[in-house]
Amino acid sequence: MTERKEFDHGLQEIKTLLIAMGERVQWALEHAMDSLQTSNVEQAKLVFERDHEINLLERQIDDLGTQLILKQQPVAKDLRKILVGFRIAADLERMGDLARDIANVTVRLAGQPLIKPLIDLPAMAKFVHEMIHQAIDSYLREDIVLAESMAKSDDQVDALYSKVLRDLFALMSNESDSVNQAMLLCFVGRFIERIADHATNIGEGVVYLVKNQRSELN
Amino acid sequence: MEKAIRIDGLNVYYETFHALKNIQIEALPARAITALIGPSGCGKSTFLRTINRMNDLVPGSRVDGKIIINGVDIYDQQVDVEALRKKIGMVFQQPNPFPKSIYDNIAFGPRLHGVTKKSELDEIVESSLRQAALWDEVKDKLKKMAYDISGGQQQRLCIARAIAVNPEILLMDEATSALDPISTIKIEELAQELKSKYTIIMVTHNMHQAARASDHTGFFLNGELVEFATTEQLFSNPGDERTESYITGRFG
Repeated sequence: MTERKEFDHGLQEIKTLLIAMGERVQWALEHAMDSLQTSNVEQAKLVFERDHEINLLERQIDDLGTQLILKQQPVAKDLRKILVGFRIAADLERMGDLARDIANVTVRLAGQPLIKPLIDLPAMAKFVHEMIHQAIDSYLREDIVLAESMAKSDDQVDALYSKVLRDLFALMSNESDSVNQAMLLCFVGRFIERIADHATNIGEGVVYLVKNQRSELN
Repeated sequence: MEKAIRIDGLNVYYETFHALKNIQIEALPARAITALIGPSGCGKSTFLRTINRMNDLVPGSRVDGKIIINGVDIYDQQVDVEALRKKIGMVFQQPNPFPKSIYDNIAFGPRLHGVTKKSELDEIVESSLRQAALWDEVKDKLKKMAYDISGGQQQRLCIARAIAVNPEILLMDEATSALDPISTIKIEELAQELKSKYTIIMVTHNMHQAARASDHTGFFLNGELVEFATTEQLFSNPGDERTESYITGRFG
């Protein structure tokens, strides 16, 4: 078996960029949640400021993948590796935006004490944080089993999200002063839940890569 | 429904060399383009040449098995090989027009088959050149020597010459490998036009040409037909690992 050095090298570079992107998104999610829990506006602003790094990585992946398609004309699985790489980059970029949206809630709540200690939202974020890692890992290892088990975590995220909504709706009906903040915290739940959906998309991309079949993982 | 070509247990030997090994194709579709790919020496051209029995001309060659076209095994002893070859046109790697005028190149086959009326020949020449997408470029110089037009035009002339005798099947053996990219694309587009009337089978070294231009693809390796599938299937999700290695450029 001969190697295709140029192609394999380029693909490796895309993988490295995706890993970097995933780490940045995890960082953004972590810090956005942390800023929310500790009402740390400075930390929230840092999440904003660094979002462009994620966008830049997506563009680099776009450019590199386009070059590879152009010059190497990959087919079959080689082609899917790049197409799925594009898709993962797009999903990660959206996740970065959603982390920024969470940080934005911290800014909007500046100066207000939290109406309740945050328990389920951080728990959701913790699940999602792990999903992001597993999603990228499943791509790197072309591991469908991992992709599928990762997507299953989405159920737990959804269950927690429902609980968050129930609790906050109850709070709103009892304490009308808290409506504004409770709404914003509901949004945070929504943002985290959306990030999990994007991770699930990545899992579907991995199934497509390996089996050349479309799938609905969740 | 057009009858597909069926290949049944086809073996070809050159002396002791086993060039094609038990080739089996249930249905090589009619009125479609089939591409044959594989590394040099894999047997794809040999296979192409079994279809118009050109291998008969190679000393020491031996064929067994069946190729069934329109319900008839073309290797049956009753088959009139000349009549068979009339139904099967062939285009080669290098354009090979006759040292005659453009007009006479096209008229050559029909004349050979007994067409003598000038008006009828005119009509065949025009319609063949039109089908080969060459008419507009040469209609004012039909009396010119065929060698005076470009290589790409000469190749389309050869296609026009092949279809002038109204064949059913058109074999193309690396028909674009000596042409520039623009001429190549023209021939590929021409093949797309022609497939509604002819069954086209093309051997190509250019994998991307197979992907671009064909409906079905067969992958040959060491005299075996490793895989025969729709082009979409073969290039997106090949069934055999050897096919995947070849099309992704990892051997061959």
